[in-house]
Amino acid sequence: MAPTVIPFGPQHPVLPEPIHLTLTTKDEIVTEAVPQLGYIHRGLEKLADIKDFHQLVQVVERVCGICSCIHAATYAQAIEALMNIEVPPRAHLLRVIWSELHRVHSHLLWLGLFADGFGFESLFMQTWRIREKIMDVMEATAGNRVIISVNVIGGVRRDLSPEQCQWILSVLDDAEKEYKELGKVFLDDYSVQKRTRGQGVLTREKAYELGACGPTGRGSGIAQDVRQTGYSGYAMLDFEPVVENDGDSYARCKVRYREVLQSFDLIRQAINKLPEGEINVKVKGNPEGEVITRSEQPRGELLYYVRASGKKHLDRLRIRTPTFANIPPLLAMLPGTELANVPVVVLSIDPCISCTER
Amino acid sequence: MLHFTPTILKNLFSKSATRLYPIEKREPFENVRGELDIDIAGCKLCGICARKCPAACITVDKKKGIWQVDPFACIYCGICADSCPTKCLYFKGQYREPVIQKVVKIMEKPVEEQVDQSK
Ligand code: SF4
Ligand code: SF4
Repeated sequence: MAPTVIPFGPQHPVLPEPIHLTLTTKDEIVTEAVPQLGYIHRGLEKLADIKDFHQLVQVVERVCGICSCIHAATYAQAIEALMNIEVPPRAHLLRVIWSELHRVHSHLLWLGLFADGFGFESLFMQTWRIREKIMDVMEATAGNRVIISVNVIGGVRRDLSPEQCQWILSVLDDAEKEYKELGKVFLDDYSVQKRTRGQGVLTREKAYELGACGPTGRGSGIAQDVRQTGYSGYAMLDFEPVVENDGDSYARCKVRYREVLQSFDLIRQAINKLPEGEINVKVKGNPEGEVITRSEQPRGELLYYVRASGKKHLDRLRIRTPTFANIPPLLAMLPGTELANVPVVVLSIDPCISCTER
Repeated sequence: MLHFTPTILKNLFSKSATRLYPIEKREPFENVRGELDIDIAGCKLCGICARKCPAACITVDKKKGIWQVDPFACIYCGICADSCPTKCLYFKGQYREPVIQKVVKIMEKPVEEQVDQSK
């Protein structure tokens, strides 16, 4: 039979993200996938021309709603490096707490959507019910639910009182208990395994060759986590990257499942180590020079490039998001997949297309 | 096998996880950035908030004594309230209600107070 070409996305009933792939199939088996990017390009990098470098914090938060706090923290980190600003240790750890809360809510969101992707609707609802507790923590501590606007250049804008810290710890205990109950379903349930095991296999060599990052790479046995470089407050905390070796959708799901538990642990460590002191420093002058900073987003490595020439507006702002790096590995996973399993495999890299296309 | 059954049973006998919004509203948390409002009597019409706002949704007209905000362009970041020298901007706990038509919120400063300020 001659091959059939099927457009997949940007609007698809299962996928929440407007990814656009052109799939070539033969007897319901995908033989080739070609991506088309640009459907939701918003030109956010160009906004650096008209918004000053302080206002850009709010702009980069909108690159991605789900990991907004990490975007702002990374951008602030870049400008702080250019201007030689020493951020107080308390601010560093507060950034870690909010970043890890973002990772938890992002992974819970993904686990829910993934469950929805293989048709386990009620598991999706349960995951999002737990996620709501984390959203409440963010709303109560930062003032907003999703795009929390706590980072500024030179530190953070909000502080946590000792009572709030205690409350966060109790909410985390509660959420963790419920989460571990759901974990049995994600990891051991027959129907979940049936839909995810052996789907979209990416070998370790291939993952390395194609530059897979984040949980996509770690699911294939690449033990790389940018947090290990010890940026921000991570140098003060203790953790090991979560690695699985199978390289299939199930392994990637397991990595994210375990990373949520790791983040709970990191938040606890950060709260226990929170030093007294200032939460931000005054910023004077304009940045000058060129810098690259990296950080670990829920989806992988995030990279910021900033060039400035001592003016209020930056010369260039370039953002490379993890999904951009994970698209080549996705294209390597798809051939051989049955058409009905394509959404599960696509979801397994946790695509964030609004990040990718900015 | 049957890993999901305990969760199903628990859900059968517990109350709903969602609320009947908007009939039933939750008490807002403290310091939540809901709707932006101004105590116009305290405003000096200096325009700092308008310059700092990343969404450019505040307009200040010193001559006419007008401070206005487009609540539909506002992103509730709170930068304006942080940078206001007289601290006359504040956020209500509840979020803005849904509307059928978008409107700009215009606040006019009473004239006699303007004279007071210039003394
Ligand atoms: S910064 Fe404050 S005082 Fe100045 S115009 Fe805005 S609201 Fe009025
Ligand atoms: S909250 Fe932010 S977006 Fe809204 S008016 Fe104030 S500065 Fe502008």
